[in-house]
Amino acid sequence: MALLDYFLRKKDKPATTASKAKERLQIIVAHERNSRNKQPDYLPQLTEDILAVLRKYIKVSDESFSINLDNKDGNLNVLELNIELHDEQGKG
Amino acid sequence: MARIIVVTSGKGGVGKTTSSAAIGLGLALKGNKVVLIDFDIGLRNLDLIMGCERRVVYDFVNVINGEATLNQALIKDKRVSSLSVLPASQTRDKDALTKENVGKVLEELGKTFDFIICDSPAGIEAGAMMALYYADEAIVTTNPEVSSVRDSDRILGMLASRSRRAELGLEPIKEHLLLTRYSPKRVADGEMLSVEDVEDILSIPLLGVIPESQAVLKASNAGEPVILDTESDAGQAYQDVIDRLLGDTVDFRFLQTEKKSIFSRIFGG
Repeated sequence: MALLDYFLRKKDKPATTASKAKERLQIIVAHERNSRNKQPDYLPQLTEDILAVLRKYIKVSDESFSINLDNKDGNLNVLELNIELHDEQGKG
Repeated sequence: MARIIVVTSGKGGVGKTTSSAAIGLGLALKGNKVVLIDFDIGLRNLDLIMGCERRVVYDFVNVINGEATLNQALIKDKRVSSLSVLPASQTRDKDALTKENVGKVLEELGKTFDFIICDSPAGIEAGAMMALYYADEAIVTTNPEVSSVRDSDRILGMLASRSRRAELGLEPIKEHLLLTRYSPKRVADGEMLSVEDVEDILSIPLLGVIPESQAVLKASNAGEPVILDTESDAGQAYQDVIDRLLGDTVDFRFLQTEKKSIFSRIFGG
């Protein structure tokens, strides 16, 4: 009965699952935003420049090209380029 | 100038297509010329929600490949003449859409329509990127649930870095939060993230809150966007979204559980 529940309700309720969800989300979202913003300002322009040079020699679509700057162990930066070549390209 | 609005989310199944259909139809009912584009290449579904699946002859990819003109591919809505649908293709050709050819189609549509609503596929692959690339505004559809909120935040990151506006250094995409499948009772019971929780985490302006509603499934069963069900809570909540998109200030509804009477408080139920 609701009336009984009311009187038997514990004074200090445990944390609700919703508040747990919020707490977990705040932590993970803040973490992910940090790693997103870590990308240096020059990266978009660098991407454009590299693509321009590549396109002098081979056909590269925007989709088959990716660039990534990774920070490994905090003291080693790795610039990673991925260029997908189609079969008939890159031979000549 | 047409307003290009992408309906996006990252996560699948949160209500992008339902919302696109309701918002497109709602804007058209207010006298705007609206085109709804299904960007989910390979998994066409907007046509089904709009109830025009048997009238699809040509699709988005046909237009891009020059196999049909835009006018041949656009399906005019039978309920509202100022609304058209551009269906997705069903053949999986992931390279069909490029920035260049999508840009051309949008430019052409912009000449006749006031609103271009882009229904994004789930995920963060090429199709989703293409749907958001040209957007002026984004409706980030989110369920009050951890994975959906996290994915929405990732999409916000994409909007800020991978869109045309970001690349050209223009004014950023205007972001709107649309919270769907909201259950005030579960929020009151501490089982569901509240509107304020999600706003806190994503920190973007709230456009609307659509309550969890049986009307949504009924609407998709019938191919009648839920905004046409004016009796339903979800239909009314979408109507408020339309008013806000058109610049009105409307109070948020359906955020509280109905007040229980003294009788039911004492005797339960």
